[in-house]
Amino acid sequence: MSHHIIEVNNLQYTYPDGTRALRGVSFRIVHGASVAIVGANGAGKSTLLLHLNGYLNPTDGSVRIGDLPVTKKTLKYVRRTVGMVFQDPDDQLFMPTVYDDVAFGPLNLGLGPEDVDTRVMNALSIVAASHLKNRPPYKLSGGEKRSVSIASVLSMSPDILVMDEPTSDLDPKTRRELIELLKTFEHTKIIATHDLDMVLDLCERTIILHKGQITADGPTVEIFQNEALLAESRLEQPLRMQSCPVCCRST
Amino acid sequence: MHMADALISPAVGGTMWAATAGLIGYCSKKVKEELDDRKIPLMGVLGAFIFAAQMINFTIPGTGSSGHLGGGMILTILLGPYAAFLTMASVLTIQALFFADGGLLALGCNIFNLGFFPCFIAYPFIYKKIVGNQPTRRKILIGATLAAVVGLQMGAFGVVLETVFSGISELPFGTFVLLMQPIHLAIGIVEGLVTAAVVVFVWRARPEILEKAAVSAPLGELSIKNILVGLLVVTVITGGALSWFASTYPDGLEWSMFHTAGTEELEEPEKGLHTSLAEIQEKTAFLPDYGFREAETEVAVEGEAWPAIDSGTTVSGLIGGVLTLAMVALLGFALKKRDKTA
Amino acid sequence: MTKIESTFFDIGYMDRLSTQETPIHRLDPRAKLLTTLIFIVVVVSFDKHEISGLVPFFVYPVVMIALGNLPLVYLLKKILLVAPFAFLIGIFNPLLDRELLIHLGPVGISGGWISFASIMIRFTLTVGATLILIASTGFNAVCMALEKIGGPRVFAIQLLFLYRYLFVLVDEAFRLVRARSLRSFGGRGMGIKAFGSLVGHLLLRTLDRAQRIHLAMLSRGFDGKIRLMRPSKMQIADICFILGWSTLFVLMRLYNIPQFIGKLVAGLVQ
Repeated sequence: MSHHIIEVNNLQYTYPDGTRALRGVSFRIVHGASVAIVGANGAGKSTLLLHLNGYLNPTDGSVRIGDLPVTKKTLKYVRRTVGMVFQDPDDQLFMPTVYDDVAFGPLNLGLGPEDVDTRVMNALSIVAASHLKNRPPYKLSGGEKRSVSIASVLSMSPDILVMDEPTSDLDPKTRRELIELLKTFEHTKIIATHDLDMVLDLCERTIILHKGQITADGPTVEIFQNEALLAESRLEQPLRMQSCPVCCRST
Repeated sequence: MHMADALISPAVGGTMWAATAGLIGYCSKKVKEELDDRKIPLMGVLGAFIFAAQMINFTIPGTGSSGHLGGGMILTILLGPYAAFLTMASVLTIQALFFADGGLLALGCNIFNLGFFPCFIAYPFIYKKIVGNQPTRRKILIGATLAAVVGLQMGAFGVVLETVFSGISELPFGTFVLLMQPIHLAIGIVEGLVTAAVVVFVWRARPEILEKAAVSAPLGELSIKNILVGLLVVTVITGGALSWFASTYPDGLEWSMFHTAGTEELEEPEKGLHTSLAEIQEKTAFLPDYGFREAETEVAVEGEAWPAIDSGTTVSGLIGGVLTLAMVALLGFALKKRDKTA
Repeated sequence: MTKIESTFFDIGYMDRLSTQETPIHRLDPRAKLLTTLIFIVVVVSFDKHEISGLVPFFVYPVVMIALGNLPLVYLLKKILLVAPFAFLIGIFNPLLDRELLIHLGPVGISGGWISFASIMIRFTLTVGATLILIASTGFNAVCMALEKIGGPRVFAIQLLFLYRYLFVLVDEAFRLVRARSLRSFGGRGMGIKAFGSLVGHLLLRTLDRAQRIHLAMLSRGFDGKIRLMRPSKMQIADICFILGWSTLFVLMRLYNIPQFIGKLVAGLVQ
């Protein structure tokens, strides 16, 4: 096993319409780490994620996954290594049935039918969704869709999981179950989110993006205690860390 | 307007199926050659879009009644002719399968009428020529309206031809044309205005989408010629093969030709297979077609003189029909029952 | 906007019907697709004045509905819903063809009425068979069958994608329309301008979605080719199904069974 280091170096990206989405972002993430990327709407989170699997090419700077730089030539390797779970499961689940969807990646890797089947069933059982395999995606609940989206990426056995807002649109119980599930994963995880409570549960490290730049990068607990910094980045302490108005009144 | 299975003969349905299948094959090949893998999800989602958009009604100005979008032009403007034809074909297929709009045999006709004309005639020769590469609101409006009108006129004429050639409906060619074309002129104008409204909205919001579409959808004159030639070949071959079928069965092309040409079919030759069929039936069939053919064209006196139609046979046919239906229904109940007990 | 909603439920309902476990549902989709096509071609090949010969063909939909556990009333309603077009064109026949062809005692029936009745019977049979195909097979399976019997792959994939996103898009359209109608305070229709921007808006969102889907596909190694893993197994039962029905259809085309029964009964009475 290699180190699966993600290294982003002075990454800059300007959209064709002139919007400067990233203005020199640099960080390094080592194998097995779990890192949150937080920031206001339009801070550049999604743009950053799209560079991690080579969908966007940096205007300037570079991205390295493992030992290789992300370029046209290494795209295949990069996309096998970095599994992306998108925000809207309806975009991710495009095949006729759950099984077909989870098999999509492995089939593209050129695996034989038996290998594909093993991988699909494996991935589905990890997210406890084996019973859904013959269902069409539009017949799944929000939580089920999310689980299957994750399975569709796990079946490619990526080393790095990149997730965009994994807890959005989930009811509290489903959200909790998802968090518990993600805790069991040993992959390197990068999670872009507004759900700071989940970050407290899942990520030991947090990177704050603000207007295309990193304004903070460090241990999650430390960053979340810095209220001024959070306010500056248009964020708020996780509810769990705010003094509870109900409890405080009684004391 | 959708053609329906009930109104077409197998010869017409089969010919149009062959033509459409050929076109789908050709367009599939073209789309594959374009090597633009963005188009695979794009076509699918846009098909779903057209489907959804067709369900949203708008008020037709000045009438108070409501209409809905056809969508062929919008697809072609966004996707180029080949991908648009495939997308339109898939929309119509789903409508045929789920809502029985038209039906399976008529599907070939419907795809051809509503897909071929807007994608391969109205778009390249009208819309493209008017709008060009520098769209303006005015050009889009005129181009979309004219293209939609022409596309729909051709489609409506297709419906007329297919119906008349099939000969199931009694509507004579002239009457049907006078019925269909003006209605579709009105529908075409509305379709054009609506298409223009949507296209202008997109063009204002995101001009690059239209520009990209225009560039990525080259349609040389050569390829249009290829399509037409291919189409002609397919039609001739299937038409030839099917005309055998049509001539052995009395409701096919041959008869229709006579009919539309205004030729009185006084003496239709007895046909091989048909004669043997008639022998099998011992000339006692309830409604033997050649008998009616004669009855249609000859004067009533002669019709009466025709021996097979006596009330005895008719009654036995009726009784038999009712009994058959009853037996079929009984069979259904029996199967259902067995199913439940099993 | 009840139309959008009902369409939505309609498709969903047909889809649910197709997930049942019956002998009919278990057949290979190709077998059902081919049989349906043969059925339709045979039915429409009858002469336009044929009625009695068409009657026995009801055996196919009846058996399929019974064995496939399909809701008869629902299917009939769906057939009625699309009847107007065939009706409109067919109704001209009695007006144009007034030659009396049958005499039932004092009552004469014209050829036009007979061919009109024939049109409506054909219509019921062909539309019924199509709906039964979908309700007993499911759309996705029909698409795969289409591809397996030689249809172009690009087209089959396109159909699958369309069907997948139909639900998403119809839902999105429904939300847009609802949002508009909630603010239009009983104003009845929607003008072309409003329609243009509403549908234009939906279109922009659709284009964005297509881009995101493409991105999701790329992230999982999409290289322009969609691979599907479907073991294909035409079994003896499937082949028997096709051959059995086709033989019956051809026999029913050649021999007028009701006529035969009618004569038999008439003979007995005498």
